[in-house]
Amino acid sequence: MRSATLAPPSEDKRWRLVDATMRRHGHSPNALIETLHTVQESFGYLEDDALRYVAKSLHVPMSRVYGVATFYYFFSLKPAGEHRCVVCLGTACYIKGGKAILDTISEMAGIKPGQTTPDGRLSLLTVRCVGSCGLAPAVVFDDEVKGRVTPPEAIDRVKDWF
Amino acid sequence: MATVKTFKINDEDVSGREDETILQIARENDIFIPTLCNMEGLSSVGSCRLCLVEVKGWTKLATACVTKIQEGMEVYTDSERLREYRRMIVELLFSEGNHICAVCVSNGRCELQDMAQILGMNHLVVPYRRPNLKIDASHERFINDQNRCILCTRCVRVCDEIEGAHTWDVMGRGIEATVITDLNEPWGASQSCTTCGKCVQVCPTGALFEKGKSVAEMSKKREFLPYLTSMRGNGKAK
Repeated sequence: MRSATLAPPSEDKRWRLVDATMRRHGHSPNALIETLHTVQESFGYLEDDALRYVAKSLHVPMSRVYGVATFYYFFSLKPAGEHRCVVCLGTACYIKGGKAILDTISEMAGIKPGQTTPDGRLSLLTVRCVGSCGLAPAVVFDDEVKGRVTPPEAIDRVKDWF
Repeated sequence: MATVKTFKINDEDVSGREDETILQIARENDIFIPTLCNMEGLSSVGSCRLCLVEVKGWTKLATACVTKIQEGMEVYTDSERLREYRRMIVELLFSEGNHICAVCVSNGRCELQDMAQILGMNHLVVPYRRPNLKIDASHERFINDQNRCILCTRCVRVCDEIEGAHTWDVMGRGIEATVITDLNEPWGASQSCTTCGKCVQVCPTGALFEKGKSVAEMSKKREFLPYLTSMRGNGKAK
């Protein structure tokens, strides 16, 4: 078991949660994903300083940490936007035109899926299924699931967000 | 003591130690199997899929570089199907990046170019993607041109397994995957890079090359690898 000798990047109390996760796993390099989960959940995204701190504390190469952080969709390197628009691309929604909704919003907002507008107002995301296949195509606007959405409706809903 | 296994490659009787791979035995017997990601002295990852071979009785094709030999197996390294698959793999590699041999530092000494010639690839059936990828010339001695990278991960493995720096890794997934140094930072600013240049020497294409080299001038020096690998006591690739 290795102990952390590093001080967290800031005074922020949320680092205690991150430290606790690493301590629980004995600062083993295997705890990388678990630790990044805690950072993501506590801070909402993974800052470079956070990645550096986790890499050094767990003795994992920086490039591997970055590779893991960019491989899994769960992790985000940038803070999420004020509003979230999640377009379902599951089989049912895809067939019912989920892709067209996504493309329309993407073009209007000028961002690709997974990105946030430069002003930090809107994040456009995709998921594989929201479990509402009967309502296909489904889109989640912030925390509200809307079914049988058409591209104009979707635009109407998000146009004030960017 | 490792057990000796006897089997057949292309109807020819061959034998090897049980911990050896089909590729190793094929090479010992001068049987050619095309490869790109494999490199003697580094671990094998089986990612380029060029070394796919047929094994009698197996429904799937096997990657020769990571498949251990078995008693009595019958391996076939060349068939119309394999030739077609291999050519397709190289075509896809060409379409994915910007492999323009005429202006490349590695022209004439490039393993991708060699494979295209060996496998008889003379045109593409898929359109070129022509991605606009970045070139990192921040390092004092080397350049990383991602347009020519085929993601074989030799640089990642040599940096981790031989040099022990692990400056390189792969970020992202699918079509957006790229090799990176540290936290996707400029190579020249890397804290972990020791400037040893092993990654440059093992790179099969012109993606990693020395500064000051012009078209067709970059030849890779790989003599160090067998020596360093034997010094580490793991002469055989995993």
